[in-house]
Amino acid sequence: MIAQAFARRTGAFAVLGLLLVTVAGFATLHGVQHMPLTTGLKAMIAPLLPAGWRADVPPSYQAILLTLRLPRTLLAIIAGAGLAVAGVAMQGITRNPLVSPYTIGISPAASFGASIAILASGDGGAGNYAPVVVAAFAAALLCAFLVLGLSALRGVTGTVLVLSGVGLSYLFGALSSTLQFVASEQQLAVIVHWAFGSVNGATWQAVTVTGLILGIVLPVLAAHSWALNAFAAGGDEVASSLGFAVARTRIVITVAAVLVTAAIVSYAGVIGFVGLVAPHIGRLIVGGDHRVLLPFSALVGALLLLLADLAGRTLFAPVVVPAGIVVAYLGVPIFLHLLLGRARHRA
Amino acid sequence: MSLSCTALSVTRGKRTVLSGIDFALEPGELVCLVGANGAGKSSLIRCLDGLWRPGSGEVSIDGKRLPSLTRAQVARSIAYVPQAGGDTMSLSVSEMVTLGRAPHRATDTVSLRARKVEAALARFALNGMETRAFDQLSGGERQRVLLARAFVQEARYLLLDEPTSALDLRHQLEALRTVREMVDELQVGALIAIHDLSAAARFADRLVLLEQGRIRAAGAWQNVLTPEHLRGAFGIEARVGTVDGLPFVIPEAQG
Repeated sequence: MIAQAFARRTGAFAVLGLLLVTVAGFATLHGVQHMPLTTGLKAMIAPLLPAGWRADVPPSYQAILLTLRLPRTLLAIIAGAGLAVAGVAMQGITRNPLVSPYTIGISPAASFGASIAILASGDGGAGNYAPVVVAAFAAALLCAFLVLGLSALRGVTGTVLVLSGVGLSYLFGALSSTLQFVASEQQLAVIVHWAFGSVNGATWQAVTVTGLILGIVLPVLAAHSWALNAFAAGGDEVASSLGFAVARTRIVITVAAVLVTAAIVSYAGVIGFVGLVAPHIGRLIVGGDHRVLLPFSALVGALLLLLADLAGRTLFAPVVVPAGIVVAYLGVPIFLHLLLGRARHRA
Repeated sequence: MSLSCTALSVTRGKRTVLSGIDFALEPGELVCLVGANGAGKSSLIRCLDGLWRPGSGEVSIDGKRLPSLTRAQVARSIAYVPQAGGDTMSLSVSEMVTLGRAPHRATDTVSLRARKVEAALARFALNGMETRAFDQLSGGERQRVLLARAFVQEARYLLLDEPTSALDLRHQLEALRTVREMVDELQVGALIAIHDLSAAARFADRLVLLEQGRIRAAGAWQNVLTPEHLRGAFGIEARVGTVDGLPFVIPEAQG
């Protein structure tokens, strides 16, 4: 039976991995300027080859692929995977299936930071994006550390973490609303547009920064898989009785989840739902063991966001619907299907 | 060699939860901790496992003071069995049992861990349901999983916090008999917080009766479950006796 479960998991990984590669390839090549597969591949590997070996590819193709399409695909993958693992981690340590990476107030805080930067810049934030990213990141971290600080005063338990997060969410939500209230029409439009999460205008900088942070956070979380299992199995007391330093572990895991979420929010805006639902889809397919669940949910999140972005820019082309909106349309049916399917199976 | 505490006191807010507790649990003995709700049974168990820091007094494991040990070291000496409830976020039976190897994970090889978990699953009659979700099991099955987890933890002391409260009579009996077997066979020391006085008297080597955070009586059940102690600790008039060598306690009226 264990061997069977192992085979099922391996199969699920293989199918999802293959799907991700296929969709990523298609998303990168598909767009206003459609490219045949071979041309696309040649254009992408051209810069890696020595001068004499480069295939003859129109430079415009190369420009589109390397400056627009590829960063967009990669940011969608990184953001989806990052939000998913942050969600798995937060749900695990709080032992609460309703928690997402945003529960501790990261998104309203990031919105608040971004709003300040947009109001402060003369041109309404349209010209230079960098200060907006930095301000959003700083505000998100500030909020997270306030939450952790508050929890530390009362003993860092899951409930206190969630409750202080909810409280600060309202605070930063009110601050953002106040800023929006005093903003000009033009600034308001920029703020609202920022809040629609999307991977529009993904840059290599965004890919590098978020990718780097995810590259650090993912191994840290994976190293805490046992601890996450222990928290999930019985909360603080059971985790402690199984030999885990509960308070320290919770802080390390929360900080890791916060860092990756804050970075993603700063570049891609508020993409809700992936962080909440990807862990559940993961649990429904491969079960609750975090050693398996973390990497698998990362795949689920990446695929969800990639599909959402692809659908958002093809279904109503030339209008591009932000991935943050589409992902809910896409994810809810999948989630309900799996949930109801399991309920039937159980009954 | 014992898990012991001396002059242990705990206050929460203004309330005294435990006061001046001296107690030692030896390997190879089964002790039942009895007393009314709020008498301090769970608190004592939490202090002995280092989950709560006592206000004063000391806990030591085989002569080593508990605060000088890491959580992992404590977990290799003491296994804690909570009540079999709660959501576990989709962990399976074998994953729950495997968690008992968490304090040994630095030295376990994958195959050693798998062998130990498999042996535990077989011992507690859990084979065939390894991949089932813990949350979907019955109360009795859950309790077996938690005991199996304590078993693979290979600790010298077991602390069980009301393991039988959610179980029907048959499964209560089964769970206590399993703990008794673990004590006799593996020479572990077990401390069980329990409400069922008849079952406590039947399975324990000795009883400890708590009343408002203090030890009111300790020793053989005949000396602890006297009408006078029961009146003092529970506020009941009770009849105590044996039928065919099995002890019983029947509450008759409120004292």
